[in-house]
Amino acid sequence: MWESVIGLEIHVQLNTKSKIFSPASTNFGAPQNTQACAIDLGMPGVLPVLNEEAVIMAIKFGIAVGSEILDNSIFARKNYFYPDLPKGYQISQYEIPIVSGGAMEIIINGKSKIIHLTRAHLEEDAGKSIHDLYPNESAIDLNRAGTPLIEIVSEPEMENAEEAVQYLKNIHSLVRYLGISDGNMQEGSFRCDANISLKKKGSTTLGTRAEIKNINSFKYVESAINHEIERQAAILDRGDSVVQETRLYDPSKDETRSMRSKVEANDYRYFPDPDLLPVSISQELIEEIKSNMPELPSAKKTRFINQYGLSEYDTIILVSDRELSEYFENILKDSDLNPKMTANWIITEVLALAKKTYLSVKDYPVSSEDLKYLLSNVTNETISSKQAKDVFERMWDNKENPRDIIENEGMKQISDVDELNKIVDNIIKNNYKSVEEYQSGKDKLLGFFVGQVMKETQGQGNPKIINQLLKEKLKK
Amino acid sequence: MNKETIIKISDLAKIDIKDDQIDDILTSLEKILNLVDEMNSVNTDNVTPMSHPLNLKQELRKDIVGASDERELFQKNNIHTDNGYYIVPKIID
Amino acid sequence: MHNKTVSELKKYLEEKKISSVELTKHFVDRIKAIDPHLNSFISLTEEYAITQAKKIDLEISKGKIRPLAGIPLAQKDIFCTKGLKTTCGSKMLENFISPYNATVVEKLNDAGMVIIGKTNMDEFAMGSSNETSYFGDVKNPWDIEYVPGGSSGGSAASVAARLIPCSTGTDTGGSIRQPASLTGVCGIKPTYGRVSRYGMIAFASSLDQAGIFTRTAEDCAILLTHISGYDPKDSTSSRKDVPDYEKECKQKFTSMTIGIPIEFLDGLDNTVKEVFEESIKVLEKNGCKFKKISLKSSKLGVSAYQVVAPAECSSNLSRFDGVRFGHRADNTKNIDDLYKKSRSEGFGQEVKRRILIGTYALSAGYYDAYYLKAQKIRKVISNEFAEAFKEVDLILGPTAPDCAFKIGEKSNDPIAMYLSDVFTVSTNLAGLPAMSLPMGFKNHLPLGLQIIGNHFDEAKILSLAHHYQKITDWHTKKPKLSGD
Repeated sequence: MWESVIGLEIHVQLNTKSKIFSPASTNFGAPQNTQACAIDLGMPGVLPVLNEEAVIMAIKFGIAVGSEILDNSIFARKNYFYPDLPKGYQISQYEIPIVSGGAMEIIINGKSKIIHLTRAHLEEDAGKSIHDLYPNESAIDLNRAGTPLIEIVSEPEMENAEEAVQYLKNIHSLVRYLGISDGNMQEGSFRCDANISLKKKGSTTLGTRAEIKNINSFKYVESAINHEIERQAAILDRGDSVVQETRLYDPSKDETRSMRSKVEANDYRYFPDPDLLPVSISQELIEEIKSNMPELPSAKKTRFINQYGLSEYDTIILVSDRELSEYFENILKDSDLNPKMTANWIITEVLALAKKTYLSVKDYPVSSEDLKYLLSNVTNETISSKQAKDVFERMWDNKENPRDIIENEGMKQISDVDELNKIVDNIIKNNYKSVEEYQSGKDKLLGFFVGQVMKETQGQGNPKIINQLLKEKLKK
Repeated sequence: MNKETIIKISDLAKIDIKDDQIDDILTSLEKILNLVDEMNSVNTDNVTPMSHPLNLKQELRKDIVGASDERELFQKNNIHTDNGYYIVPKIID
Repeated sequence: MHNKTVSELKKYLEEKKISSVELTKHFVDRIKAIDPHLNSFISLTEEYAITQAKKIDLEISKGKIRPLAGIPLAQKDIFCTKGLKTTCGSKMLENFISPYNATVVEKLNDAGMVIIGKTNMDEFAMGSSNETSYFGDVKNPWDIEYVPGGSSGGSAASVAARLIPCSTGTDTGGSIRQPASLTGVCGIKPTYGRVSRYGMIAFASSLDQAGIFTRTAEDCAILLTHISGYDPKDSTSSRKDVPDYEKECKQKFTSMTIGIPIEFLDGLDNTVKEVFEESIKVLEKNGCKFKKISLKSSKLGVSAYQVVAPAECSSNLSRFDGVRFGHRADNTKNIDDLYKKSRSEGFGQEVKRRILIGTYALSAGYYDAYYLKAQKIRKVISNEFAEAFKEVDLILGPTAPDCAFKIGEKSNDPIAMYLSDVFTVSTNLAGLPAMSLPMGFKNHLPLGLQIIGNHFDEAKILSLAHHYQKITDWHTKKPKLSGD
């Protein structure tokens, strides 16, 4: 009966070295308030000066999503009091953002959908209020205050949590491809607000929306949206109406709740910041940035399919993460490895272990070089893929060197046909009953024979040759 | 402008106004607004608003870290700090 | 020694006729003797000054002479001075020790000047009489029952009383020129962007501009050269080259066409009008051509100003929340209580009034009618000036509609107070440079002559002012002071 309409506002911390309006460092994890300079603290008399790199990064993003880059974008002040907002206003772009429009494609179950962007604008992050350090007081750390952000605002074009998550993942992947953010969700470098409303099926009028603030994982986005949809549907089913409000998703309880402090209608009194001037962006600068753009996910996807003959499914997985796609290509570089086989290995073996150990590509214990060595040994049939999997696990778990493992343990695939012939003959001789059954049509028994030979060779026999020999010899 | 407006804006501005002051403030703000309303004697329909006296463009800063840790110096102006944190009454969201 | 100008003191110091330490002590002693009657200083920085002076003397003895080596200076208490109290005339910052220097402070320190004290001012520069200061009224040296004007009342009064040869000021709607007029000294407000605003506690960011008080136009020129120039810390400062204003203003005077706005004379006080017309005559005899011009929207300057300035101040003053610095109320129940109590206790009545008006002007539903409208009026005023400057080199008028008024006379009437800036605010709205210099008296109280120039035409203004001071002697008149 209800259709949900979802729009996302994504806050992406840009990985500049210094803050958006001050020369203080943006490094994460410094002791409290040691990276908040006079400007970040809003000391009397200080003034903001815009960081060039933040502007360039915003333009990069705009180019990547096909937006219009606006000349003369304006910084405004958003006025409200909060202890982690030192000046009593946040410098943000309001009427004229730097990036306008744009689009992002999402693919779900093979179906493509375009999500349009409204805008992306530059702004400064606030500091942090810590409420659980003291019994009756809150502690304020302003190290984060002034960290550059782009806020990416989508049109309300997503219909369910799955689409929203896919869109979010694509933006996440994109900002990492562009190298403009580390996208670290645990550290808050990438977080989102979701606007959710329900409307009658088929209706074009939007319902009243609720905004869920500061969701910082893909999983939470999914459950927060689903819960909010359920909550609103229940209200509407009762015949009541949804209240426009800001809600907070509580992952520990898996529910959204109203934020009391934000209930009072806020009047932010936006006005152009008189300390900052319109940002002029020349066509030359845009062209220069365009000519230095890295390969983006969509282009890489097409290239992977054409160049490596991979399936679309495999490609999407590999390309979703810039570093993973680079890991894949590093393995193939200067080698004769089969791209499909390499892709399969990454998708099945590598990603399985990565998931189990919660590691991202940059923290993989197995370098692309070592994996290349291992896979080459499979390709030239020095070791079997079964052996390779065992070796790989040891490489991953204990950071062992694949050369050492293979050599020290004398791991070698037996591909010598004479040697294998003898073993196969023996097996056939000792299992005449099974031979008869096989010859009378029980093809499945081939596996039994292969297993016996492998057992005899302690797993080192070349399965391809064994298969071949068995099939020949078992013929009547 | 009325009393409710005064209460609303004083809350936005975080200025405490005692009940017995509201009338005085209302009167003086209304006088100022009367003065301000003289602006309406000029038609400005086709005028672009001016936020800056000079027609300048924003200068950009190179992305260089140029501030060191001066926490101790900055916090000398504040006795309500602990372990490098600024301390405020507990905030309940 | 205290009757010497900056340019004279410069020679004395360079020729080692006096040391910087001697000069510093002379002015410190004079301030201690006379200022109790005037209250033009919020703090004396004696110890700091002596240390600086010793350093300068040592440099001079080694032959290293900075351009303004050893000249005593008073800084308006709106400029952040590292390690020194910077109060902005407010209880809010009563105990605030600035952790850094304003660019203006840094520049004048580098030029070798010695800061002797921080001058009194209207709280957060909001006022035209110096009566809103938390640290008490400043008295006009010509008659201590009268106000010195504001907001830079302390800076003006201290120069007028020869407590200091020069001082800094800031001008948002007339805060340098109006007190200069009321105390009989020279005060220049340069073009917006000529001087860095970094470290100058903001009142209305798009209007605020730092400037100088001295007794002569020549001295104004000397100091202005040193505070001007692009500052990478202030995005709104201009990259335009800084001329040597002293050299420029002393060049042979060439004829100028000067505009007199008819609106400035309309309904003007008779004495002010007579004195002003007398100065026109003098200049007419000495190579200036005069021309009547019209700045018909300039009378709306005060209205537009009363929106723009409070709107910007309401936001600029939000940082005074009791959390990181400044006054913090005791025994607060919650964060909202902390904000409201700290701000209500820390700010005076006029500051609160402007914050409220500004908050209102920016609030939803009123933004277009007030803030946007004011920014449009601003454009109209600015365009009228631009048109005028196509025909004239400079514009001349009285600085203020009248001489100084009595302390207490207008303090309960904000509108009357605001109207004392009627001739000065429109130049701030348009970002133009302007200067006030003494042109005579009404009874025993001084009157100021305002010269307005086109953007970055400070040299022209100073040239006319210097020329005027060569043919008149109003700038040499001294007030009689108790304790002198």
